[in-house]
Amino acid sequence: MAELSTVAPVASVSRHARIRKRQGLGQIVITAVGFVILTLGAVWMLLPLVWMLSASLMPLSEVIKVPPVWFAPAKYSLANYQEVWGRVGFARFFLNSAFVAVVITSGQLLTSCMAGFAFARYDFPGRTLIFIIILSTMMIPFQVIMIPLFIMMARLHLVNTIWGLIVPSLVTAFGIFMMRQFMLGVPRALLEAARIDGASEPYIFARIMLPLCKPALAALAIFSFLGSWDNFLWPLIIINSKEFWTLPIAMSRFTEQYISQTHLQMAGASIMFLPVLIVFLLMQRNFIEGITLTGIKG
Amino acid sequence: MATQTAVAVRAGRKWSTQRRREVAWAYAFLTPAFFFLIVLLLFPILFAFWISLRDWSLIPRPYPFVGLGNYVEAFKDPLTIKSIKNTFIYTIGAVPVSMVISLALALVMNLETLPFRTLFRTAYFIPVITSWVAVSFVWIWMFEPRWGLVNTFLAWFGIHGIKWLASPKWALPAVIIVSIWKGLGYNMVIFLAGLQTIPRELLEAAKIDGASRWQSFWSVTLPLLNPTIVFITVTAVIGSLQVFTPAVIMTSGFGGEAGGPINSTRVMVYHIYSMAFRANRLGYGAALAFILFAIVLVVTIIQLRVTQRDIEYG
Repeated sequence: MAELSTVAPVASVSRHARIRKRQGLGQIVITAVGFVILTLGAVWMLLPLVWMLSASLMPLSEVIKVPPVWFAPAKYSLANYQEVWGRVGFARFFLNSAFVAVVITSGQLLTSCMAGFAFARYDFPGRTLIFIIILSTMMIPFQVIMIPLFIMMARLHLVNTIWGLIVPSLVTAFGIFMMRQFMLGVPRALLEAARIDGASEPYIFARIMLPLCKPALAALAIFSFLGSWDNFLWPLIIINSKEFWTLPIAMSRFTEQYISQTHLQMAGASIMFLPVLIVFLLMQRNFIEGITLTGIKG
Repeated sequence: MATQTAVAVRAGRKWSTQRRREVAWAYAFLTPAFFFLIVLLLFPILFAFWISLRDWSLIPRPYPFVGLGNYVEAFKDPLTIKSIKNTFIYTIGAVPVSMVISLALALVMNLETLPFRTLFRTAYFIPVITSWVAVSFVWIWMFEPRWGLVNTFLAWFGIHGIKWLASPKWALPAVIIVSIWKGLGYNMVIFLAGLQTIPRELLEAAKIDGASRWQSFWSVTLPLLNPTIVFITVTAVIGSLQVFTPAVIMTSGFGGEAGGPINSTRVMVYHIYSMAFRANRLGYGAALAFILFAIVLVVTIIQLRVTQRDIEYG
C-alpha cells in the first residue's frame, strides 16, 4: 500500500475512501438483516424449550388447548413436578443418573489424564503403535461392541446393576486423544525444572501437569457428563428393574403408562434439562472453548 | 521391568537408569486406560466377530456355527435393506441442510458490527446440550397434528392435515427436522472458530482488490474453511449413520412398534437393537453391527478422498 500511494496518492486515496464508504453502508445493511434473521432463528431454536417449561407448569387441560396456550401464569403450579418427582419416582431416577454420570466422568478423567500424560511426556517403546491403536478404536461404532459387552456383563453378573451401567464407559479413546493433545502444548521445561528439584513423577503429574490442564479437564468433564446423562441405548439394554432406571429410561418407560400425559412428560423433560442448562450457563466459556479445541485440532 | 531390560539388551541399546525409570513410569501411567481399552474395546471387537459367525442367543445353549450366514441373510432381509435406506435418507436429509444453515449463521455471527453476539451463540447452543430423550418428547408435542405448534404454524400458510409422526411419509422428515434443530448450534460454533482462523489480511486484500463480498466468500473464505468443513461433514455423517434415540422415542408412541409407521423410521441402530435384544438373535445383530461399521468406514473414506484438498495461499 505504501508503494502504491507514493506513485498515485490522490487516485488511490479517493478510490480507497469510496470503497470504505460503500462497504460501510453495506456493512450496516448486512448487519441489520443478519440481526433480524438471527433473532427470528433464535426464537425458533428456543421456542420448543420455552414451551416445554411452560407446559410443565400447566394442567393437562391447558396443554392440549387449540390454539396452543403459551403462557397461563394464573394456572401455573408445581403439581406436575410433585407428581413426577414423587409418585412416578423421578427422585430415584435422578439420583441413579447423577451417580452414574459422576462415576463415569471421574473414571474417564482419571484414565484419560494418566494415559495422555504417558503419551505426551515419555518416550517409550511402542508409543506410536499404542497411540495408533487407541486412535483407531475411535472409529468403531458402539453398536459393534454392545452385543459382546452385554454377554460379558451377563457372565460377570453385572446385568441389571448400577455397575453394569458404569463399567463399559470407564475409558474413552477420545478423552485420551484430547488430553494428549493438550498436554503436548505444556512446555517441557516446566516439568524438567520440577524434576531437577527432585519432584517425583506422580507429583509432577498431579501437582504440575493437571493444574495446567484445567481448560481441557473442564471440557472433557462436560463431554463425559453430558454423554452419560443423555445415554439411552446402553441403559436400555442392561437395565430391567425400575430401581436402576436412569432418567432417559424413566422418560421412555413411564410414558408407556402415562400415554398422552403431555404435562407430566414435560415436567420429566424439564427435570432432565434444567440441571444441564444451569451448568452450561455457568461454564459456557469452558464448554465452547472445549468444543473448538477438539474441532479445530481434530 | 525385567522384560523391558531384556528387550533393551536384545535391541542392543544401553539404557540409563534414568531412561528405565521413565519407561516404567510411562507404562504405569498407561496401565489403567490400556487395561480398560483391551477389556472393553479391543476384546469385544474380536468377540463380536466371533458372535456374528454363530446363531447366538440369550438362552444358554450351544450356539451353532453358521459362517457368513448372518451376513448373507442381512442382504436378503427386506427389513435390513429398508433400515439401511432409512439411515441414508436421514443422513442425506440432515447433514447438508444443517451445514448450509449453520455456516450462514456463523458468517452472520462473525460480523464485527453485530450486537449481542454471545447472547445469540448461547441461544443457538442451548438445544445442543439438551438430552435427546427429553427433546424427543418435546417434539412429539410440537408435531402433534391437532394442537401441535408445527401444524398451528403451517395453518397460517394454509397447509393442513400433515400427520407427521403417525404418517409413513412424514415421520422420517420430522426426525430429520429435529436433528437439524438440535445440531445447528454445535456446527455453528465450530464454523465460527474456523472463520476466526482465516487471516484478516487476506480478506482485506480481496476487498482492496475490489472483490465483492460474494466473491471473497467463494474464493477466500470457503477454500480456507475447507478443513473445518471436512471435520464437520465427517463427524456429522458418522453421527447420523448411528442415529437412534430420536427415531425410536419420537415414533414409538404411534402404532406401538418402535420402527415407526410401516417401519418408516427403522434406522440401522434400532434394527440392530431390535434384532439382537428383542428378537433374541445376538449373532444376527452382531453381523448387522459389522455391516454398519463397514458402511461408516467406507463413507468416511470416500468423504475424505473427495473433500481433502490442500490449499495454500502465499
